Amino acid sequence: MYQDNVIRPRMTDSPAFLGGTAAVVFAAACLSGAGQSGLGGLLAPVVNSLSAPALRTVAVALTLALAFTANIHLIGKLPLRGQVIAVWTELLLLFLVFFDSFDLSYSFIGTKVGFMITQGVLTTVYVSAISIAFAFVFALLGSTAKLSGNGFAVAVASFYTSFFRGVPLLIQIYLIYLGIPQLGYVVDAIPAGVMALSLCYGAYMTEIFRAGIMSIPKGQWEASRALGLTPWHTLSRIILPQSMRLIIPPTGNQFIAMLKDSSLVSVIGVWELMFLARTQGRAEFRHLEMLITAAVLYWALSFVLERVQAHLEKRFNRAHR
Amino acid sequence: MISPTAQPSTALLSPGPLTTGPIVSVQDLKKWYGPFHALKGIDLDVAVGETVVICGPSGSGKSTFIRCLNLLEDFQEGRVVIDGQPLTREPAAVAAIRRSVGMVFQQFNLFPHLTVLENLMLAPRLVHKTPEQEARATALAYLNRVHIGAQADKYPDQLSGGQQQRVAIARALCMRPRILLFDEPTSALDPEMVKEVLEVMGELAGDGITMLCVTHEMGFARRVADRVIFMDHGQIVEQGPPGQFFDAPQHPRAREFLSQILSH
Repeated sequence: MYQDNVIRPRMTDSPAFLGGTAAVVFAAACLSGAGQSGLGGLLAPVVNSLSAPALRTVAVALTLALAFTANIHLIGKLPLRGQVIAVWTELLLLFLVFFDSFDLSYSFIGTKVGFMITQGVLTTVYVSAISIAFAFVFALLGSTAKLSGNGFAVAVASFYTSFFRGVPLLIQIYLIYLGIPQLGYVVDAIPAGVMALSLCYGAYMTEIFRAGIMSIPKGQWEASRALGLTPWHTLSRIILPQSMRLIIPPTGNQFIAMLKDSSLVSVIGVWELMFLARTQGRAEFRHLEMLITAAVLYWALSFVLERVQAHLEKRFNRAHR
Repeated sequence: MISPTAQPSTALLSPGPLTTGPIVSVQDLKKWYGPFHALKGIDLDVAVGETVVICGPSGSGKSTFIRCLNLLEDFQEGRVVIDGQPLTREPAAVAAIRRSVGMVFQQFNLFPHLTVLENLMLAPRLVHKTPEQEARATALAYLNRVHIGAQADKYPDQLSGGQQQRVAIARALCMRPRILLFDEPTSALDPEMVKEVLEVMGELAGDGITMLCVTHEMGFARRVADRVIFMDHGQIVEQGPPGQFFDAPQHPRAREFLSQILSH
């Protein structure tokens, strides 16, 4: 958003806001029976002496409300960057407490995490990378076909995007893996998974490419025509190179989304991250350990890719102001 | 005047006419946008080397008219012959006409992802299959001719409006057209940049290339034009040599237009 230069009084300094927040937290904690929850256990040394359950809940709720309100009041005094770091840290800590309350076996995670990275993360990344490359080609073909004056091309492309955007990816994966062998070609799990992912994401990206192409001003087409360029040269030399600037950033976004959707190909037995998360913990009933490990690995991957994407975006903008 | 650094102009222009007839011939050109009758029968012959300025109030159809001449706009009726080639909507005819007609736009329409030099070399390389060395030499010669040889490796965004428009003129010239169309070439420019573009256009007119300019620059029209055409409501209302048009306009609408445009 475009910030105004006006300095408004901080909301987190206003007694009315702080009081209201405290009241809401207190009420919510009371209604949810905070005294009986794990939080009650944490405060047990203090509140245990209060034998009446209702009194215990009130005490816990009051503590919670005061702690929360004091917290936002204090963080509110920091500059923006400090606020972001402080809140991130707090949310992360809460997350860790939440995970820790599952009573996880960290030694079990320790024995499996290496394999989950070398086999799972690696497979996830390369399946996604190959798929996004194919999806890029499908999107290029789909968007130019949709914008062409050729009825066949328009029909095939719009049928393609309609089907692959309209059907759940999971069903597409099954249809390709189980359906193509009916035609007499046996496909392995990884090629089938790559095919499904790239066709599906190609369909989404067709729309991104189409918007990118249509955003190029009419004058660029007219100048190309007036110079006598053929339609093919106009597209390949003038229009597409310029639309790439608008297409690359959302494509990065799609890649991050695909990284997570690639977990769906685990259903056909590709040994990627999700498949390992489901199978590695099974023998010892350590499902949560493996799921949480996979969640953290996916998150870390996306985090790295987000950084890469932000960097790319900056570079593309610098080249063309 | 041609700058002393430029090559002799005859070396840079296309060979002379094969016939002595008009190089542009338009008969009864009519165009509709849906129910709106944009051009109501335009007749115009332009001689080789002639500089024609087309003026008129906005919405009079002057831009539409010159955009019809290289089929950036289509038209429903009438006959257009350019350099001996009848203008139809057939690809070969359109390609031939676009090869002999260059165009300069109000918004420059340079290719922002290419450097100035690449902007100039692209079409000769792709359309004329000119070897790279030759295309580069031609491009540099024309850049010098529009007085911006030093900017060859910059991107269009790094240039001022006036410089960009001169690049656009050089880009059109690199295709060695026989006719140049200008569609309000100075309307998007800051006032202090108008002069440098008009000077280049004046030099071109002096070199004998055939020019059709849609412009509101009446000083330029008076100095450079061989003929001024006044359009209103999709018709040519009045035409004549600039002296006659500016000093003794016949038609009331032309008189009104001139009094408004010259009084400010």
